[in-house]
Amino acid sequence: MRLTQKLSHRIAGRLSAGRRGRIAAPLVLLLGLLVTGGMYAAFVSPASAQDQSADEDMVAKGRSLFLVGCASCHGKNGEGISTVKGGQYGPSLVGVGAAAVDFQVGTGRMPMAQPGTQALRKAPVYNAEEIEALAAYVASLGPGPSVPAESEYDVKDATNEDIVRGGEFFRTNCTACHNFAGNGGALPRGRFAPALTGVSEKHMYEAMLTGPQQMPLFSDEILSPTDKRQIIAYLKKNEETPNYGGFTLGSLGPVSEGLFAWIIGIGGLVGAAVWIAANTTRSRKKTQHE
Amino acid sequence: MSETHELSTVETEPIADPGLPAHEPRPTDVDEKAETRAERQVATLFGLSTIFTLLFCVSYFWLEVGDEPDVILGLGASNLALGGFLGLALLCIGIGMIQWARKLMTDEEIIEYRHPGSSSNEDRDESVKILVLGTEESGIARRPLIRNSLLGAMGALGLVAIIPLRDLGPLPGDKLFHTIWKKGMRVVQDVDATPIKPSDMEIGQLINGEPGIFFEEDDEGEPVIEGAELQVEKAKAAVVIVKMQPDDITPSKGRENWGVDGILCYSKICTHVGCPISLWEQQTHHLLCPCHQSTFDLADNGRVIFGPAARAVPQLPLALDDEGYLIATSDFTEPVGPSFWERG
Amino acid sequence: MSAIAKTNAKLAAKAPKPSKAGAAATWADDRLGLATLAKKNLRKVFPDHWSFMLGEIALWSFVVVLLTGVFLTLWFVPSMGEVVYEGSFDQLRGIHMSEAYASTLNISFDVRGGLLMRQIHHWAAMIFVAAMMIHLLRVYFTGAFRKPRELNWVIGSLLLLLGTLEGFTGYSLPDDLLSGTGIRAADGFMKSMPVVGTYMSFFLFGGEFPGEAIIPRLFTAHVLLLPGLLLALVAAHMLLLVYHKHTQWPGPGRTEQNVVGFPMLPVYMAKAGGFFFMVFGVLALMGGTMAINPVWRYGPYNPAEVTAGSQPDWYMGWPDGALRIMPNLETHIWGVTLSWNVFLPIIVLPGLMFTIVMMLPFLEQWITGDKREHHLLQRPRNAPTRTALMVALMTFYGLMWAAGGNDIIAIKMRLSINQITYFMRAAVFIGPVIAFMITRRWCISLQRHDNDKVLHGLESGVIMRDPQGGYTEKHIPLPAGAAYTLTARARDKVFVPESGADSNGVESPTAGKDKLRARLSRLWYGDNIQKPTKAELAEAHQHSELEHLHDAPLEGHAADGHQFDGRHDISEEESLR
Repeated sequence: MRLTQKLSHRIAGRLSAGRRGRIAAPLVLLLGLLVTGGMYAAFVSPASAQDQSADEDMVAKGRSLFLVGCASCHGKNGEGISTVKGGQYGPSLVGVGAAAVDFQVGTGRMPMAQPGTQALRKAPVYNAEEIEALAAYVASLGPGPSVPAESEYDVKDATNEDIVRGGEFFRTNCTACHNFAGNGGALPRGRFAPALTGVSEKHMYEAMLTGPQQMPLFSDEILSPTDKRQIIAYLKKNEETPNYGGFTLGSLGPVSEGLFAWIIGIGGLVGAAVWIAANTTRSRKKTQHE
Repeated sequence: MSETHELSTVETEPIADPGLPAHEPRPTDVDEKAETRAERQVATLFGLSTIFTLLFCVSYFWLEVGDEPDVILGLGASNLALGGFLGLALLCIGIGMIQWARKLMTDEEIIEYRHPGSSSNEDRDESVKILVLGTEESGIARRPLIRNSLLGAMGALGLVAIIPLRDLGPLPGDKLFHTIWKKGMRVVQDVDATPIKPSDMEIGQLINGEPGIFFEEDDEGEPVIEGAELQVEKAKAAVVIVKMQPDDITPSKGRENWGVDGILCYSKICTHVGCPISLWEQQTHHLLCPCHQSTFDLADNGRVIFGPAARAVPQLPLALDDEGYLIATSDFTEPVGPSFWERG
Repeated sequence: MSAIAKTNAKLAAKAPKPSKAGAAATWADDRLGLATLAKKNLRKVFPDHWSFMLGEIALWSFVVVLLTGVFLTLWFVPSMGEVVYEGSFDQLRGIHMSEAYASTLNISFDVRGGLLMRQIHHWAAMIFVAAMMIHLLRVYFTGAFRKPRELNWVIGSLLLLLGTLEGFTGYSLPDDLLSGTGIRAADGFMKSMPVVGTYMSFFLFGGEFPGEAIIPRLFTAHVLLLPGLLLALVAAHMLLLVYHKHTQWPGPGRTEQNVVGFPMLPVYMAKAGGFFFMVFGVLALMGGTMAINPVWRYGPYNPAEVTAGSQPDWYMGWPDGALRIMPNLETHIWGVTLSWNVFLPIIVLPGLMFTIVMMLPFLEQWITGDKREHHLLQRPRNAPTRTALMVALMTFYGLMWAAGGNDIIAIKMRLSINQITYFMRAAVFIGPVIAFMITRRWCISLQRHDNDKVLHGLESGVIMRDPQGGYTEKHIPLPAGAAYTLTARARDKVFVPESGADSNGVESPTAGKDKLRARLSRLWYGDNIQKPTKAELAEAHQHSELEHLHDAPLEGHAADGHQFDGRHDISEEESLR
């Protein structure tokens, strides 16, 4: 212990001698600049001047679109507008992230045609560029999930194991709302979980990530991107799987099956019974050769 | 005896029975061309049926099922072809037979006479006499000792029908009052056993969870619990983990520390008749069961707010283990799942 | 016996050998005495009407269920032992599942025709129960359950109950997610029973839910016990039908003492046999083109998984509906729990409904005091209260059934499931009452219309104006057959209890019950319109003749209108105007 103490005093002495030199201050400054600049260069992707200005343009464009099409419900700064009774016209968008915007606007849910309990999927109002701008603006309001990269949701190379696993995740996490075939299900007070057919992989990923409206969200730390990809692979496989048993009657389960049993089965057979017992044509002729 | 041994008569007032209408012939009865046409029609139908049966047989061997099933119009080809041809084959026979009956078989209405439902008075008297005679000869009326002891023996024999059914199953005991959860057991995501750190969860997240022991393996790499035992435990131990704004939660007395950072854990098994619930509405904090629409407010201790369930969904108290992952601090404090008599 | 001698030897000529068929028949008859049976039954007469064939739909679909069911048992493995799936359905490969589920996947994907047989079997089961139900309605609405057929009604009700149970056990066998959820609910139902609930649950499942015993036990019930009972009851049902002979509609030449129709051999054999092939054919077409119970999409049963839109098959839909709309009543008392919210809608209510349905013939007989045999059917309008009662029951049933699908209705019609539930809670009580009132009034008005037809004939649309300026419509008298058909029924007789006290002033012991009975009987027959009397008919006839008497000179013939009623041929001079 005493040895190290002596040593450190020695070094301190040498250092403090150097500190009193005239070149000390500029040297330290240069060192600091080099270190921080070097670390920045090493660990943070350097945004070139051009990109930075493009981002700013995007955000500005997004803001102008936002003010026209979204601010009336979501507030001029995306802070949300509440009603007197404690409800809301539109929730706060601070922290929802670009992924949420890409999902909501990309599936046409936003802007809502009218205020209501559930936003309905419809033809998107904005094109891809505008959606990107809106997303950039909302992302600038506060940190949130960003639009996933294609590698995260691309399922072209999914193996069968992925699909099987995706099915297990799907049945555990999703079918309670969306039904076994992804055909949707009822929620309280007139809301519903929509059908998943005809939804792009990206939007499926974003929905799981951001939890639109009443849907819960599934963070990447728990339901990893791989898990999400597997679910998407299962759903896509389902869409292209032929219907082995015939027409699916809506894939809604026993309710539609019962309906068809009555309408087609009983209807058809009672119709047959009516035919069988119906009076046949009668002839006015009395005998064989008239 | 029987007053109703005769059939009732339909009153023939105010209008008298005009009698069976005269038989009117069908075209096939009087016109030879019509008759031949009908005959050919029926024969064609039967012939078509044979063709369809042959097509059925061909489809059976020609169309693939299994690994590479044949598909037509987006439907399974084998099923469609087999069902279609079989159905048509059968229908053709059926329609043929019925056309034969309708067009060609005699269709003169004939009359059959009914008999009263009851037997004749003589038969009744006769049988009563026989019954009385036979009973007399058996002496059962005169020998109550025999009769009663026989009844007793037969009655006792009824136990033989019931007692051997005892081993149908074990007695319930207190099995319904406990689940596999215990203090220190990790809460993990179902299917892939991901353990949960509070920082991994966001407000509005739902995790379908299970006890960590379901995914543990022993030294030989075999699962600790599997098969039927796993299903039994899962039917009581499945949970949902949700994260809400801590301000929205109103824990009842004693449950203030059952959550961690706004993360709460509830049983996934509905208290109505036991369906798993995982319809979580993140904004309203309501959990809806898809079977009969019982709705629970998870911000308010799982209280029932709609539907036929009568009891709140049980809550599992959470804590963090020393690695920072969620664990249970005890078993559920009340029985999980549907109500039962002894629940109290 | 040939009249021509075959030999001129001393021995008597031998009769020629009978044909092959004759030889076989003789052989059988020598041992079984079939000829007597054949003599009585081969030409049995069956009346012809489409509504008499509804029971046949049930019978033939039952046969189809049996045939396809046997096919399925050759591959199905009723075991809950866990296996890893390695069959040809990619999306489930490598998953742990029960052997029952795996064998069902095997039948669907690796057995040619297997999926077809599964689907035909399931469609046939649905049609079986549906046909029994419409057959029940037909028998009830036409009064065919009256003496002597009350026992057949009871047997039929039991068949409906057993058919429903058979269906439930059947669709639970594949151990898929949907039906497994149903079994889970059934476990909850049993647990709700007071005192014995948990014991019943543990005994049925061989322990805690789900255990390993339930699928094999359901298999035994589904393949052995229930079909045995069903076959025995179907045989009894048919035997009684043959013994009592079929009922028939009233009409010319048809009385309580006869049956008019076509003989079993050949017409009915052909029609009924043909109908069997048609039923089978329709079911096969349904099985080939319409997917049902796609278990591979549900996945194997897992107690932690569930699908939205979890319903039982349609025939269990109404108790499911009752379960959904029931308010959440539970009593906690003296350390025990009484789950009214489950026990009442799923145990008590179906039991009550079934008992009521079974007792309907006896209930009606008690109210009306009608002890006669009935072989002629009644049109529903001629028994307004009976018809209205069943329509009320149907309304109750239908509303409960709709309530069972409330979440599907919610998403398909963009409604709130909560509002649907609240609506149903009220509707199942109010709806039947409204339906009863409307139906009864409707029937009575139809009776009035029928009476008008008998008394005045059909409206011809020809309006005559008399010299004073009054307008009347010419009526075409009903043909004799049609008029007879409308009046070939008994007049309603209200039950009259025996007068108060006997000679010693002692009240009859059943006085109270009799008074109630009389009141109910009055309500039952209430405002029914009876058929016209001879006097009324004569008066109406006279009236119609007088009414158009002044037209006679204009037309040159009598205005009796008889030219249209088949009482005499229309000659050239007469016109139909």
